[in-house]
Amino acid sequence: MMVNKVYRRNEIIGKFVDGQRIMIGGFATKGVPDKLIDALVESGAKNLSIISNDTGDPGVGQGKLVRSRQAVKYLCSHIGRNPEAGTLGLSGEMDVELCPQGTLAERIRCGGSGLGGVLTKTGVGTVMEDSAPKLEVDGESYLLAKPLRADIALVKAQKADTFGNLLYHGTSRNFNPLVAMAADLVIVEAEEIVPVGTIDPDYVMTPGVFVHMILAQDGK
Amino acid sequence: MKNNREIITQRVARFFNPGDVVNLGIGMPELAGNYIADGVLLHTENGLLGYGPRPEPGKEDEDFVGAGKQYLTIVKGAACFDSATSFAIVRGGHLAATVLGALQVDEKGNLANWTMPGKMVGMGGAMDLVVGARKVIVCTEHTTKDGSPKIIKNCTLPLTGAGVVNIIVTELCVLDVTKGGLVVREIAPGITPQELQSKTEATLIFPEKIAPMYSEPSVASQSGN
Repeated sequence: MMVNKVYRRNEIIGKFVDGQRIMIGGFATKGVPDKLIDALVESGAKNLSIISNDTGDPGVGQGKLVRSRQAVKYLCSHIGRNPEAGTLGLSGEMDVELCPQGTLAERIRCGGSGLGGVLTKTGVGTVMEDSAPKLEVDGESYLLAKPLRADIALVKAQKADTFGNLLYHGTSRNFNPLVAMAADLVIVEAEEIVPVGTIDPDYVMTPGVFVHMILAQDGK
Repeated sequence: MKNNREIITQRVARFFNPGDVVNLGIGMPELAGNYIADGVLLHTENGLLGYGPRPEPGKEDEDFVGAGKQYLTIVKGAACFDSATSFAIVRGGHLAATVLGALQVDEKGNLANWTMPGKMVGMGGAMDLVVGARKVIVCTEHTTKDGSPKIIKNCTLPLTGAGVVNIIVTELCVLDVTKGGLVVREIAPGITPQELQSKTEATLIFPEKIAPMYSEPSVASQSGN
């Protein structure tokens, strides 16, 4: 009997506490775990450090955590769609660290894969050199991209079985399979939850071993 | 009469051949997608290779969008993937070209297009694209709205990439970035070398043979005869 990882919303809300580092899947407002973000807002957890591709739209998706001011630190590749994040970032009220998108993806993948980092040519000769060691390998210059992990990852899937094997759909996959590997507690919101054994193993995109909790379908 | 964006993006599209995989940046670059040859595959960094024109109204799918959140259609043979795989395609040299806009581009092929003082936007995937694509094509109007040059001697804004640009396409010319400087490959009909240089801060190199950037429509074709 495979472990059933489906949990009620209240049980998930209880996992959020002040000061956590939280990774969130999604790109702009697509593939974003909106119900889990709502649960995080409702938890009232403060001083959160968020890692996500972007800051969503104003008050939408990850933007809810900017507007609620629960996010005090934000590591992402882009905040241009959310002027509220730009204003807080420029004034210093929210500590915004920008990272090239491909580097961010690899840093998260490293964090979930037990790797000490990767070397990338991305950012060589730019301001990125101020925050990353530059190394030379076989005559080529690279920047060291260090791994990222989080206390909690929030993931949006199209389909989950009750063990946490996941499928994604279209461009809503984006950062979700990566953040799903890189946190101590991985919580999934799925559009559909199916019995274990009904997803063909060949088509599983995120193996259930990475997943700890799945938000119950009725959201309660 | 074509507008500048049409002139620029139609010329950009002619760089691509069937089988090429190309990433078009948000804004003007993505318009080049309207003019590409059959068989050119478009990549979007949020995780899709093989997208087509925007869907008809009512046929939008929330799970098929571009990096600018615009709805997309998919072509036969398309593939979806996560962001790490997407940037493996980018940095791994699997893109024939990437097309990006510019705030500034200089004669050493440096590109600045992600930030300016007093703005906080983020580089998104631009820094990865410029180091990974086999050809980096900058498409931009030749000058800013107030007429100041965008093609300059040295970028002053924070760089997206250092020495990464291969080709610059504006409404006035096509420039090759070479070790010796910016070489005028093509010039728009009716534009003299002097006029082009006067609108460019960087020193341009004019070879003996410069192709016309496009053919001027004849009087006959304008009147429909």
